[in-house]
Amino acid sequence: MTIQQKNTYDIMEVCVLAGKIMLQSGAETYRVEDTMMRIASAYGAKESHSYVTPTGIIFSIESDQPTKTKLFRITERTTDLQKVTYVNSISRRITKGELTLDDAYYALKKIEESKAGYPTVIQVLAAAAASGCFLIMFKGTWFDFPAALVAGGTGLLSFIYAQRLVPIKFFSEFVASLIIAMIAVLAVEFGWGVQVDKIIIGSVMPLVPGLVLTNAIRDLMAGHLVSGLSKGAEALLTAFAIGSGVAIVLTFM
Amino acid sequence: MIEQLITSFIATAAFVIIFNAQKSSLIKCGIVGMSGWFIYVMMTTFGYDVVPASLIASFVVGIICHIFARVYKTPIIIFNVAGIIPLVPGGLAYDAMRNFVENDYSFALSLAAKAGLISGAIALGLVFSEVINQLVRKAKQPPKIYSKSRL
Repeated sequence: MTIQQKNTYDIMEVCVLAGKIMLQSGAETYRVEDTMMRIASAYGAKESHSYVTPTGIIFSIESDQPTKTKLFRITERTTDLQKVTYVNSISRRITKGELTLDDAYYALKKIEESKAGYPTVIQVLAAAAASGCFLIMFKGTWFDFPAALVAGGTGLLSFIYAQRLVPIKFFSEFVASLIIAMIAVLAVEFGWGVQVDKIIIGSVMPLVPGLVLTNAIRDLMAGHLVSGLSKGAEALLTAFAIGSGVAIVLTFM
Repeated sequence: MIEQLITSFIATAAFVIIFNAQKSSLIKCGIVGMSGWFIYVMMTTFGYDVVPASLIASFVVGIICHIFARVYKTPIIIFNVAGIIPLVPGGLAYDAMRNFVENDYSFALSLAAKAGLISGAIALGLVFSEVINQLVRKAKQPPKIYSKSRL
């Protein structure tokens, strides 16, 4: 392998690693493509092409030798915007010429392996606070506030645990909204709440596919029709899962 | 009103934690969400319909997001999510679903159409702010050879 050949492969390795972390952490598709091409051109690749969908990355670099192409399949996707920010700042430093190829690779590897993110307890507390606040925003009464706190917190907790038990996202969302609706109905039954509807709407908000929806809109705007539509479908399915969970409780209780 | 402002600030800031964004963006996201919700509430109390209110609010949210993303060198998606979340027509979608379950299809369909319209208005507001952003960028810098547009 000549030095130049090896160099092209190394560039590719760094680009695909950066793209992989971003895509798995919930970045928009066009941002992933853009970042990979920026890194490649910063390291002197003549021309690069990237095609990213929510489930895979295809990336190729053209050099003096025949074009090299790499395909990477993405199966797991989580939401970790911290990692997106870190990779973004690394790509900024690369385009400024501050990082060598090896440094960039190790920095990215470190980000990939880091267990960034908040502990479950904090996330559940945040979901509880958000639920209570949304209840007030949607013109609920302060009397329902504790019920929304409990329902919202338990909802996210059951979502996280259901996800660990069975890694099917739509099922977890269904279970979570089922539990939220049950708590809301029981709270009103026992006199700890007044408006079932408001409590449910407020507590369901942490499950609403806000990030997917925003990503879908931004991808469609950037002309990534395939990614935009598939993310839109994901958001729609999530909304359907939440709706059916609540609907079942309303029908039978 | 103050009650609405404080709750919208806390609610959107909490989403930063749910989506695992870094702590430093907590307050910024709260400000984005609060300003969007402020415009929405003001317009609806002054008698405007929810659809134009959502349009204007998401437009303003988009503008603020672009400014924040530029200033703090952070991916815009973090601020966008925080700003959009309160505007999402969750309540209407819930009412529509409830009426479907109770077999009142005609009322449910009109509610669902309204929810769809609001979602479209939010998307349109984001598009408008994007257009403004690109116009400003074009006016600022001379055309470069490397002209891949970056949103």
